[in-house]
Amino acid sequence: MTGRAFLGVLRRDLLLAVRGRAELALPLLFYLLVATLVPLAVSPDAATLAGLAPGIIWVAALLATLLSLDRLFRSDFEDGSLDLLLLSPAPLPLLVCAKVLAHWLVTGLPLLLVSPLLALVLALPGRALGTLAASLALGTPVLSLLGAVGVALTVGVRRGGGLLALLVLPLYVPVLVFGANAVSAAGDGLPVTGQLYMLGAFLALAASLAPLAAAGALRITAS
Amino acid sequence: MTTPVLLEARALAMWRGERRLFHDLSLAAVPGRALHVRGPNGCGKTTLLRILCGLLDPEDGALLVSGQPVRGGDPRLRALVGYVGHADGLKHELAAAENLRFAAALAGADPGPDTHAALARMGLVAVAALEARQLSAGQRRRLALARLPGADRRLWILDEPFTALDTDGIALLAGLLEEALARGVAVIFTSHQAAPLAVERLDTLDLVAAA
Repeated sequence: MTGRAFLGVLRRDLLLAVRGRAELALPLLFYLLVATLVPLAVSPDAATLAGLAPGIIWVAALLATLLSLDRLFRSDFEDGSLDLLLLSPAPLPLLVCAKVLAHWLVTGLPLLLVSPLLALVLALPGRALGTLAASLALGTPVLSLLGAVGVALTVGVRRGGGLLALLVLPLYVPVLVFGANAVSAAGDGLPVTGQLYMLGAFLALAASLAPLAAAGALRITAS
Repeated sequence: MTTPVLLEARALAMWRGERRLFHDLSLAAVPGRALHVRGPNGCGKTTLLRILCGLLDPEDGALLVSGQPVRGGDPRLRALVGYVGHADGLKHELAAAENLRFAAALAGADPGPDTHAALARMGLVAVAALEARQLSAGQRRRLALARLPGADRRLWILDEPFTALDTDGIALLAGLLEEALARGVAVIFTSHQAAPLAVERLDTLDLVAAA
């Protein structure tokens, strides 16, 4: 029964994402655009760009995720589906996990998949590509998980978008620091295990605590 | 022997800002009986129903499921209540049948073959493949109500279920409710019209305008 509810929410959210294609593409296009604007604004010189690339890619990923977060609970809150989630006999944190997983599959994963393209545009050294993918694979789920807590808290607030950014971006700082640092270290040929372990630890922490926090926040929001 | 009570509310009190919506409000949901909550706009009917569902915690008083006090979100309460609120909980991008299937999965019911029967029950077979955004307000209400029979809940809490329904829809819903009541389901609902239900099953609760 619990598994059925989990799969139901996951499938519903994926289906909704596929039906609303424009919304699906928006964060991805934003990600690509932000990263391609930098060579135009700063300098097309490969050496300059290579130094900036890890930071740019990670900041763009952060902002693209932020742009997509509202979708997590906004429509559920507005159309009353949130009440159905809250009244489901399945544990709410688990349903939150299903929603976050769906969110990551339609935002975090595409960011990960197009990152080699950005690496090329920004002249990131080829040997950093693997680390870029690994850091995004570990880091973007954390962004979705922490974001879920932020959205759950602000979805009841009218025009909560600005508030959401203020709330969530500071929490994203550790992921940004270790993610970008891992990629630059890899570009310089240095070991990156430490940074990746830290990202893994963030993921474990966020995966175990964020769904509980988001579930609690949703209950407050609904009342 | 007394009738078993599914859900009991004792001395509920609720404020919204400076206004007291109600206080010392007690009620019981009894199998096979419907409770019609009446009162003017803004008197706290929806708030009361949300408290009874466990979506909102009362400021004072207690909810009891089979004699045990519960708080909002308690699994016993969630397993008991089927709720159709003011917001219909439908996804505009999904077809009517898909909406119903996902709601059933969420309620922990088997969504498969029941969908067609549930749609037929509310006269929605012809629009099963239409997206919810294309349905009229009355059809959306029917679709939201179609969730109830499949979810297998013993207490139905319905906020203005008759609103936006046409004559046929009202008759269908009344039939659905009568059948559920005969099965031993308890129903609590709000409505501004007189409810078209057999009087011997019906109790009323009048809320007064907020003080």
